[in-house]
Amino acid sequence: MAILLNRSTRVIVQGFTGKIGSFHADDMKRYGTKLVGGVTPGKGGQTHLGLPVFNTVKGAVRETRAEASIVFVPPPFAADSIMEAADAGIKLCVCITDGIPSQDMMQVKRYMRRYRFEDRMRLVGPNCAGVITPGQALMGIMPGSIYLPGRVGIVGRSGTLGYEAASQMKALGIGVSTSVGIGGDPINGSSFKDILQLFERDDDTDAVVMIGEIGGPQEAEAAIWARDNMRKPLIAYIAGLSAPKGRRMGHAGAIISAFGESAQEKVEILKEAGVVIVPTPASFGEVVADTLARTKKAA
Amino acid sequence: MDIHEYQAKELLARHGVHVPRGGLAYSPEQATYRAREIGGAKWVLKAQVHSGARGKAGGIKLCSNDEEISNAAEAMLGRKLVTQQTGPRGKLISRLYLEEAVDIAQELYLGFVLDRKEERVMIVASAAGGMEIEEISERKPDSIIRATVDPGVGMQGFQAREIAFGLGLESNLIGKATETILGCYQVFRDYDASMLEINPLVVTRDGSLVALDAKMSFDENALFRRPEISELRDKSQEDPRETFASDRGLSYVGLDGNIGCIINGAGLAMATMDMIKIAGGEPANFLDIGGGASPERVAKSFRAVLGDKNVETILVNIFAGINRCDWVAEGVIKAIREVGVDVPLVVRLSGTKVEEGRKILADSGEAVIVADTLAEAAEKAVAAWREAAKNKKAA
Repeated sequence: MAILLNRSTRVIVQGFTGKIGSFHADDMKRYGTKLVGGVTPGKGGQTHLGLPVFNTVKGAVRETRAEASIVFVPPPFAADSIMEAADAGIKLCVCITDGIPSQDMMQVKRYMRRYRFEDRMRLVGPNCAGVITPGQALMGIMPGSIYLPGRVGIVGRSGTLGYEAASQMKALGIGVSTSVGIGGDPINGSSFKDILQLFERDDDTDAVVMIGEIGGPQEAEAAIWARDNMRKPLIAYIAGLSAPKGRRMGHAGAIISAFGESAQEKVEILKEAGVVIVPTPASFGEVVADTLARTKKAA
Repeated sequence: MDIHEYQAKELLARHGVHVPRGGLAYSPEQATYRAREIGGAKWVLKAQVHSGARGKAGGIKLCSNDEEISNAAEAMLGRKLVTQQTGPRGKLISRLYLEEAVDIAQELYLGFVLDRKEERVMIVASAAGGMEIEEISERKPDSIIRATVDPGVGMQGFQAREIAFGLGLESNLIGKATETILGCYQVFRDYDASMLEINPLVVTRDGSLVALDAKMSFDENALFRRPEISELRDKSQEDPRETFASDRGLSYVGLDGNIGCIINGAGLAMATMDMIKIAGGEPANFLDIGGGASPERVAKSFRAVLGDKNVETILVNIFAGINRCDWVAEGVIKAIREVGVDVPLVVRLSGTKVEEGRKILADSGEAVIVADTLAEAAEKAVAAWREAAKNKKAA
């Protein structure tokens, strides 16, 4: 079934009746997503885009048996919406909102741990492009037309760079099982490692493309995990090789930042872990094609 | 967003952190008058710029009379201070802070920062404060005390006490140190800081604990609920190109190359800059126009990029998802006609409404170099820039 999302996943939209929520809800519906309703506090009982609107996520879950929620709520209120979804028993929450304060996200991550692991919601994002399982369902803002259904997984921080990779692959006839945008914020719901674990277990995925950036520990953590646990080929690109060393204030950041946060260091760590490196952002297509051909030959 | 030392000290002082007596000055006369107000016999005059490592760069002077204060103030004001942390352009000194000099017995380090790995606020402390703290943390990482705060309950008294004892302080200072650490955490949390650093935190010869320096940065995503912090913004400390862009809601970072970039999405922007470098050029900036960009917003981006006189070619690279290529194309034409683009312009459009976008560019009759792929866009931009540079030389 690919990962996270398929054609039978029951999805609601939080921030449903707003301009952005409406636009993308309509787009997702057209793509084939099983949209079952939406939430806008105070507008419960209305119908929007032919679907029921609820005041609370709990109400929506009770009436529609929704399992997944996508959040388009503005930044000041987005953390609250994510926690509401977690408490209502939503299993997958994709938060598109860009600009949530870091301290709010710290609280969200802490709050989600109130639930037993089996009952805990999986959060993707915030500040991300969302999740698409091509040919089946879309929970996000990506243009559906650039993805060919297929057997390569994509996971990346940046939305538009993920589009770049998918369209280069499509030009060579290579399709995607699921593409997941984990978002560019310092604190996010799912890490690279979390998503790699899902792809490694997925029968419909043969190889994975990981698109990282400068900053943060998640690419290095994923590299170590992949080296020890992943049998499927992992292909990676790290953006920011040309980025200048950032201006900064004080020493605190430098004291806690570990080796492996610059683009060069990340590429080194990935190489050492046996990950195939995409050398330039214009060669996603070729490198994926080569890797698939070599894997086939070896098998 | 960064603030000045004196502003950070004001915030901290309100939360039980001891700071030396001091006052702000915009002129040598104000500085000498401040010395009278503060009293004592020795003062430290400190350039207020958004950077550390000011001492080594000549931004901090110990003075013992009016003449010394006046001369030091004269020498600093209006000058650009270049430190290890500012980059070669340096930062303008337009405010000075005069403080009573403190008799130092020991220098400690205390920092609060967001730890991305733990996803919590982390406190780092060291008994060896001062200018070499980064070297010490590399050479003797075990000598650094670390603690993280559970965001559910906030920092606890015992955590602050553990740090205070870990720093090896005398027992009569433990209470004061605990209060200082908890006060700092309170300020960090209540004002949505992203970094707070006291280096050095000093034990004075008369046995008190004083924050001799203070640096703070704030989470820009949280400014909507912190108007009192927004007020502290000092635009003179920012790159004017970045101020222009951020006032218009654009995310822009100025660099030193000649190829101006207008791109959507931070990751694609970085990747495009990498690609320009691979093709043999140098990007002039990082600019992310964000999602849902209107033609007006695209035209504003051109203004921001062209504000940099080093720009000799512009590359627009849009992979539209939430954006629309037709709007971007309209914005490009609007910019050519209203802003005036007198450098070669390469445009690559892909994604939502790409056919409509390309048609708008083709039908406009304007001199736009069109590219289909990322590689082609970077190559064409570098080729156009080389050609333009050659013509400029010939002329």
